[in-house]
Amino acid sequence: MSADILAGIANVLGILAALVVVSAGLVFVERRLLGFWQERRGPNRVGPFGVLQVVADGVKLLFKEDWVPPFADRGVFILAPAIVLIATVLAFAVVPIAPGIGVVDLNVGILFVLAMASLAVYSVVLAGWASNSKYAFLGGLRAAAQMISYEVYMGLSLMGVVILAGSFDLRAIVAAQADMWFVVPQILGFFIFAVAGIAETHRLPFDLPEAETELVAGYHTEYSGMKFGMFFVGEYVGMVVVSGLIVTLFLGGWHGPLLPPVVWFVLKLAVCLAVFVLLRAALPRPRYDQLMSFGWKVLLPLSLLNLVVTGGVALALDG
Amino acid sequence: MLSVARTLWMVLIRAFRPPATRDYPEVKPQLAPRYRGRIVLSRDPDGEERCVACYLCAVACPVDCIALQKTEAEDGRWYPDFFRINFSRCIFCGLCEEACPTYAIQLTPDFEMSEYDRGNLVYEKEHLLIDGPGKYPGYSFWRVAGKAVAGKDKGQAEDEEPPVDPKRLLP
Repeated sequence: MSADILAGIANVLGILAALVVVSAGLVFVERRLLGFWQERRGPNRVGPFGVLQVVADGVKLLFKEDWVPPFADRGVFILAPAIVLIATVLAFAVVPIAPGIGVVDLNVGILFVLAMASLAVYSVVLAGWASNSKYAFLGGLRAAAQMISYEVYMGLSLMGVVILAGSFDLRAIVAAQADMWFVVPQILGFFIFAVAGIAETHRLPFDLPEAETELVAGYHTEYSGMKFGMFFVGEYVGMVVVSGLIVTLFLGGWHGPLLPPVVWFVLKLAVCLAVFVLLRAALPRPRYDQLMSFGWKVLLPLSLLNLVVTGGVALALDG
Repeated sequence: MLSVARTLWMVLIRAFRPPATRDYPEVKPQLAPRYRGRIVLSRDPDGEERCVACYLCAVACPVDCIALQKTEAEDGRWYPDFFRINFSRCIFCGLCEEACPTYAIQLTPDFEMSEYDRGNLVYEKEHLLIDGPGKYPGYSFWRVAGKAVAGKDKGQAEDEEPPVDPKRLLP
């Protein structure tokens, strides 16, 4: 009994530590990869290959003045950056990493993830509202519109997977992919989920809430010090969560030949994260109305089509 | 859609190209000999200061960063009592080098002169003087100039004809 509890605690703490460390390390990895893809070197000064750049950045952020503007809504202003980190870390709790490794197995795993992703919107909106400045507010508005509309297709694109696996439980979904990864029958759902996931984490092609060419820094314009750092890390945690979901739902989770399950999961996760960075390196930011019309006029019909066709085929095969 | 895939591919294969970055502190850049960097005062082949304290450089300087004081040696040669360049003002335009009639002041291919203390950027004559003739070996102003100094009277310089006596009527 106590061994079970100890194993559970080790699981929770280990996954939490790994998630935070990977997310912080992503700051460095992203800058280095961007460097490679832009024919330059990226940060390579601090420590071997520049890996200690993360530590240097962290120390710098910690020692920055943690300033709350006098015109801001103080309580909400302080609360907002915590929400994004809490919501995204909680979302990662249901992601099964390998047999026996994973924080919790919910039978409504997918719904839980979607709920947490919705909660993360509050962070951005509240940050924009509490900052009481027009750039932050515009960023918050955009974030609200973008994330709420992209959540619709995010949920819809996953329903195909749920139909195929017959369960909301992420472990059951991974188990259902032992023979064939869901990326093959659900290729459309895969692309829609990937696009919605990028929009959900407001990563670069869809980073309109913080479009620095128009909105200074968007919703975190007024933030400094470690409060800004939490938004920053929260974005990378969100990246890891979405990549983990893509791996779990479409790329067969821990399934793979020869190598142990954990290694397969980490490998797939790394490839997903690299693709995230590649998208940032390659693609320009669309205009705001283009983003919205692409979502509602292209992705929504496509995801509905995907849902109907998958349901129909599943029914026909069943009957 | 296809253009997006093409863009992604083109950016991806860039990872296999050598970076355009030059690793500056480890690999020094190749500077041209005429690069306009740190200013020096050169000496003539005899090892004497070339500067004759004519003030032309100080006049030409657009930011007034050169200060000097003329004084005269016992043999009649002019030289600067002090010669001071404030490198925190200098814009390295090279106009002083162009103005100099004796090739004394020269700009060199060296730009690594950062200091923590602003005052250390004010260079005095002993900091500016170098041992050699710089970019113009063999040139000695006093050997070719018409000015009379001890040991060399009017008309005795290289390629100089004896002075004409304006009071004589003979051709």
